[in-house]
Amino acid sequence: MSSLILSTAARLLVALLLLFSIFVMLRGHNEPGGGFIGGLIAATGFALYVMAEGAGAVRAVLRIDPRKVAGLGLACALAAGLIGVAAGETFLRGLWIELPSGKVGTPLLFDLGVYLVVLGGVVALVLALEEQR
Amino acid sequence: MKTWLIAPIAIPLATATLLVLGFSTPRRQHAVAFAGTLALAVAAIALLLGVEREGILVVQAGGWAAPFGITLVADHLGAAMVMVTAVIGLATVVFAAGEVDEPRMRFGFAPLVQVLLAGVCGAFLTGDVFNLYVWFEVMLIASFALLAIGGGREQLDGALKYVALNLISTLLFLSGAGLLYGMAGSLNMADLHQRLPALGQPGLIAAVAVLFLLAFGIKAALFPVFSWLPASYHTPPVAVSALFAGLLTKVGVYALIRFFTIIFPREQIGLDGVLVVVAALTMVTGVLGAAAQSEFRRILGFHIVSQVGYMVMGLALGSPLALAGAIFYTLHHIIVKANLFLLSGISKRLSGSFELARSGGLYTRAPFVAVLFLIPAFSLAGFPPLSGFWAKLLLVQAALELAQWWVVAALVVVGLLTVYSMTKIWAEAFWKAHPDGDAAWREPLAGRERVLLLGPVIALALITVWIGLWPAPLFELARAAAAELLDPTAYVAAVLGGGTP
Repeated sequence: MSSLILSTAARLLVALLLLFSIFVMLRGHNEPGGGFIGGLIAATGFALYVMAEGAGAVRAVLRIDPRKVAGLGLACALAAGLIGVAAGETFLRGLWIELPSGKVGTPLLFDLGVYLVVLGGVVALVLALEEQR
Repeated sequence: MKTWLIAPIAIPLATATLLVLGFSTPRRQHAVAFAGTLALAVAAIALLLGVEREGILVVQAGGWAAPFGITLVADHLGAAMVMVTAVIGLATVVFAAGEVDEPRMRFGFAPLVQVLLAGVCGAFLTGDVFNLYVWFEVMLIASFALLAIGGGREQLDGALKYVALNLISTLLFLSGAGLLYGMAGSLNMADLHQRLPALGQPGLIAAVAVLFLLAFGIKAALFPVFSWLPASYHTPPVAVSALFAGLLTKVGVYALIRFFTIIFPREQIGLDGVLVVVAALTMVTGVLGAAAQSEFRRILGFHIVSQVGYMVMGLALGSPLALAGAIFYTLHHIIVKANLFLLSGISKRLSGSFELARSGGLYTRAPFVAVLFLIPAFSLAGFPPLSGFWAKLLLVQAALELAQWWVVAALVVVGLLTVYSMTKIWAEAFWKAHPDGDAAWREPLAGRERVLLLGPVIALALITVWIGLWPAPLFELARAAAAELLDPTAYVAAVLGGGTP
């Protein structure tokens, strides 16, 4: 399906959705939001792009296989858990470092991992469905 | 430090990550999957020995003390289930290296198996109701993908039935968890054990218990909600159906055992009568369903249903001996049933079909395979001196002690009917001549394939014989697990009291 209106709007919307997804992920630290819903919003952006431009265009934009994105996310989440163990605390213990802009810690890494797992998983699914048609 | 309690969850997840990010050729994927599962087995042995030595092990994830954080607990039951999960994982990973085709491997078969193993181990080790729900979801997603990938129409048909009924089950589970949290304000199992009796609302609690009974009953394939199982287990590759047959329904049985001892103790709920009837009907319908089938894996699928009835019967009778019998039965059954599914794959490979009418002659053609089939088949039916005999003996003895005569009758008669359908497989696939004559034969197993397909089957058969000849260690393990469940003081103390990480 090619529609001028959809593909013009998609360009704008995808960028907005991706930005919004990162905002939601960061907001999840203290308020409703988080990696899961953030990943879903980002995946919605790519799904929209699939509808507007086709699966091939999305693969070209992503550059790496979405399944690898999910794998990378799993690695991030696992690392966030194991850093706590390496520091002599329990699994998934939140550890923080001070930066000039604020504190950064393992919960953020974990959320980023969840974000990537959901994004990669859902995009892989959408692409598989689209390419089978 | 008991941090290594997380190893049975972290190792499969790490293996899955490695498999997704690197190792693109199927051969390397198989090698990495094997190494990862071997590491899981080592961790499981360490965990079981740790529980034997130090009692119940507890980790408060993230350092948040129970009941506020998520607690991971390894008691005798959990550690034993993780151990047998690792054994089945290892057997199926090896078998898959000889069976699963390249398109499936490219789609991510190997990492999906690891995610499934992580989900199963997580379910066995968690001490939190909602966390259990999360592990169920992890299992469901991985198992759905494993059922569906690389398949044609028939496989998707099975996968759809499987996922539809399992989604209903998880919905019921989630509603139950919500109600439980609304009533008690906690989802920690040990905490719930203490809080629920104090609420003084036995009717409401029993209603929620029924919700969980239905949710886990669907997972465990109890009567009357078992129909998804025989409809789906015979469609995917054999390694996948062996993994599912061994582990997935047993996660449901495990959850039933866990919930209806620690959270809903029998004396508070009054569901024993229902459970006994449901278990007996499950046993009978399963075995009758199997008698009506003529496809190797469908017969085995119905037998899972029948055997799950035995396990739940042990839970329903509720005496320490009966519960130990149920746990013994579960552990023995996982090994035997997975082995039978693997053997169905070898039979198909040699004679060309899962349909009994279109296979035959294995006894003359591959006598060694025939012997390997007899071991788990007779064990399933309960012949001495194999493992199934002791499992059935424990349950019969427990039922006799409680003077439940008709339960004894059901246990024995269903055992005999099991022999009937095992004999049918034997007579059709092994004894009679192949209907298509010698032309139908595939080339015999040789070289690498011979090792990969027969190795796991031999190993599992040896475990069955070993349990049969020397049942005492497993029985002691089952009895210790049952004692911990029936008197959860130690469990509660380990989770809540002095739970510093």
